[in-house]
Amino acid sequence: MNSLLDFFSFADPNIRFVVIGSVLLTASSAIVGTFTFLHKKSLVGDAIAHAVLPGICLGFMLSGTKNPAYLIAGAFVTGWISLIGVEYITRHTRIKEDTAIGLVLSVFFGIGILMLTVIQKSGNAAQSGLDHFLFGKAAALVGQDLFVFGTVAVLLLIAVFLLFKEFALLAFDKDYAKAIGLPVRGIELTLTSLIVLAVVIGIQAVGVVLMAAILITPAAAARFWTNKISVMITLASIFGAFSGLSGAYISYIAPAMPTGPWIVIVISTVAFISFFFAPKRGVINRLLRQRNIRRTINDENVLKTLYQLSEESRNFFIQRSAEEIIRRRKFSLETLGKILKRLERQGYVERTGKHWSLTEEGKNRGQRVVRIHRLWELYLTTHLNIAPDHVHDDADTIEHLLTPELEAELEKLLNYPKVDPHKSEIPYS
Amino acid sequence: MNDLYIIITASLVASSCALLGCYLILRKMAMVGDAISHAVLPGIVIAFLISGSRDSMTMLIGAGLIGILTTFLIEFLHKKARLQTDASIGVTFTWLFAIGVVLISLFAGKVDLDQDCVLYGEIAYVPLDTLIIGNQSIGPRALYIMGMILTAIILFIVFGYKELFLTTFDPAYATAIGISTTLWHYLLMGAVSATTVASFESVGAILVVALLIAPAATAYLLTDNLKWMLVFACIAGVAASVTGYYIAVWLDGSIAGAIAMMAGIIFIIAMLFSPTHGIFTKKFSRTAAADS
Amino acid sequence: MNEEIITPALEVHDLTVAFDRKPVLWNIDLKLPEGKLVGIIGPNGAGKSTLIKAVMGLLPLSSGYVKLFDHPIDEVRKKISYVPQRESVDWDFPASVLDVVLMGRYGKLGLFRRPRKADYDVALDCLKKVGMEAYINRQISQLSGGQQQRTFLARALAQQADIYFMDEPFAGVDAATEKAIISLLRTMTEAKKTVIVVHHDLQSVTQYFDWVLLLNTRLIACGPTATTFTQQNLQETYGGKLTLLSDVGDLIRREHFPNREGVIKQPKTI
Repeated sequence: MNSLLDFFSFADPNIRFVVIGSVLLTASSAIVGTFTFLHKKSLVGDAIAHAVLPGICLGFMLSGTKNPAYLIAGAFVTGWISLIGVEYITRHTRIKEDTAIGLVLSVFFGIGILMLTVIQKSGNAAQSGLDHFLFGKAAALVGQDLFVFGTVAVLLLIAVFLLFKEFALLAFDKDYAKAIGLPVRGIELTLTSLIVLAVVIGIQAVGVVLMAAILITPAAAARFWTNKISVMITLASIFGAFSGLSGAYISYIAPAMPTGPWIVIVISTVAFISFFFAPKRGVINRLLRQRNIRRTINDENVLKTLYQLSEESRNFFIQRSAEEIIRRRKFSLETLGKILKRLERQGYVERTGKHWSLTEEGKNRGQRVVRIHRLWELYLTTHLNIAPDHVHDDADTIEHLLTPELEAELEKLLNYPKVDPHKSEIPYS
Repeated sequence: MNDLYIIITASLVASSCALLGCYLILRKMAMVGDAISHAVLPGIVIAFLISGSRDSMTMLIGAGLIGILTTFLIEFLHKKARLQTDASIGVTFTWLFAIGVVLISLFAGKVDLDQDCVLYGEIAYVPLDTLIIGNQSIGPRALYIMGMILTAIILFIVFGYKELFLTTFDPAYATAIGISTTLWHYLLMGAVSATTVASFESVGAILVVALLIAPAATAYLLTDNLKWMLVFACIAGVAASVTGYYIAVWLDGSIAGAIAMMAGIIFIIAMLFSPTHGIFTKKFSRTAAADS
Repeated sequence: MNEEIITPALEVHDLTVAFDRKPVLWNIDLKLPEGKLVGIIGPNGAGKSTLIKAVMGLLPLSSGYVKLFDHPIDEVRKKISYVPQRESVDWDFPASVLDVVLMGRYGKLGLFRRPRKADYDVALDCLKKVGMEAYINRQISQLSGGQQQRTFLARALAQQADIYFMDEPFAGVDAATEKAIISLLRTMTEAKKTVIVVHHDLQSVTQYFDWVLLLNTRLIACGPTATTFTQQNLQETYGGKLTLLSDVGDLIRREHFPNREGVIKQPKTI
């Protein structure tokens, strides 16, 4: 617990640097990554991430030092070459894009591993720590490194801010962007350069192997909370920053641990929470809505049945037993009991001993369901040429669904008919 | 002798991957193969922790199941959570791989695996771990395992040839005439998972991907016949293994890395000079045609 | 509306098919007689391809059922043949014309068995029928559009099925191929085979088909060409869209509404 306090008091300037650094890196990667996600280029991001490894090794071999400027330059070059490679292979051979991506990714990474192992055995003392680029090490973000990586991150943020609306339009509708005369090719190249840059700096914290996650996952998570790009970017950067912060913390309490995998586990957890629990788009919410719809259907079916039982006698407030309802429409006794209790709570039915009767409200709702059912049956026979003996099932669904507006439209379209195709009366209130 | 053992093991891995890779790239599932090869890592580590050794069937089966689970998860995210395909793949495999790496760090003392091994394997140590029957050492264990895997894959392809062919080429038609595309899809994914797991300690996660994709892509540019494509893919894989091994020895670097690099170089040669689909070949024949 | 057909080759009952819950085919109800050349006609997005895919069980049904020769589809798979849209497959696939046509024999061969001489003979014979005997070993990537279509047709023929579903077999083929295909289809229907064709070109309908099926999300009409392919039916097929129907469809999708009450079967939790 002490370490937690120590860490979050940010008293140690080194901790402050590491925190600022990793938050900046992950947040800016997440922001650029949002466009990667929207442009459906997630896997291209993965390819670039793997392809920067040989570049880092090359930068080191040529300069002989771990100066971040050289490493970034090397990484930028091979990152770009990998992209050109993917595009060249897809354009000039019959190989499809996904194969080209996988090919470039794994071959570049293989070359990077070969170079890394050669460097490690070369005996150059400066090389130690180069392998931190594989799985990331946030704790190394101090001094000159922080300065260089931080500057690039800030530049990234400025570029995204300036070109925000162009990127957004391109992601949404490329043809339209072309039609209104935007330099589409130029904007795409800029975005690609930004992705490469984001990868190049992000690997300090996350490492090349899992870099793709910090590009894609925050954006994927944010997508579940909003439909607006600006909100999505803000959320993605917050998620990214949060995972970066936890990465820095883990690097602080367990210096031997690689930070990348932890950052990825944190951000993935955020993403899975979003997938399941986000309002509206989340899986759980969708399931709940399904359940509510099923409840509504059951409720309305009982009201409809109670209404229909009394249609002949025209006395809608007669008390009925559960058996009478079940005789008319199949429910299990247990289900019916639950539905009736719910309807009673909502004021649609009243209970006297073992019998139930409709309230005025209940009658109206039951009547509406019957009305829509019969209107829809009529609509299907008159407008869709469907035989009268085939329309019942469909109407059984639609009766629970139609909004008052559509109901009114239907009535008007059919000219307020009196009877349905089976000569049953259509009740109006 | 050790050289030979390493080269043969690498060739067996390369051939197994190349055969399955042909089907992966024809089904446009190269990236799913990539995802599976990453995602089996936590399966390997967990199986390791449970069984306490690496030569158990538990590991093969457990990780194989995780591989199939990965494809389920990708499909779940895509269909149920409605995430676009590329992102479902990306989110799934990075998550599982991260869990695997963290497990390895947490149980560093108990698991005979480390981060380097995960990335580029330990094929150089293959000859050290020999299989002993009675008192007689009969050669490296990995050699026998990979031999068995390759045999199983060849049998799978021979007996399922026409079903694999049809479900790959025209899945709608296959379903229409009563061949289950789902069944063959999962059989193939299971085979990819098992192969990945078995190859893992030799070549590591990402280089498995190189061997799955590069030789198959090379063969795809060399022939228009599926049977020849399978053969050429194996040849390309073996060629990469042999040349890669000697380059690694010469440079004193990672053998698996060098093999991946050679697989890439062989691909580039095929891309430029393939008799039928080469870029230079086509250009040359076009100018020749224009001259005459 | 439908004339009474005693032994239908195909019976579709109350079929509704939805994409993302929105119905694209609504309550389709029809019977088709045996031995007829049937054209499915309708505007773009009317659900023509969806109908044949649903009938063959390639798409899940929201409601209704399909019977072929009075049996559920899975019992009579061997009697069904399918010619998918040409663009639905990757023609760069490493396969020869003969490889593709032999696929037509796979359903009959069963698991693990390889094609035998008899199967090769059937495949060669079918290639002859479509005029492709000169291209047996040609790679499919090197075929013209018309030749690709003929290859697909030969594959379907090689199945020796009783009912054939063809998704736009005339799309992008030359006039000669179109003529050759239609005369082949004629000889097939003379041999009591039923051929169902998704078709685009209104000009040739009366000339090609015995029977037409007019479709636009719902079934407009289905019957002999002479009595069904009328100006009035065509107007209904291509004319005004049923906005109310498509509004309701959108509502079903937005609300994640279950497709049919019957499908849910009284959930236990309530």
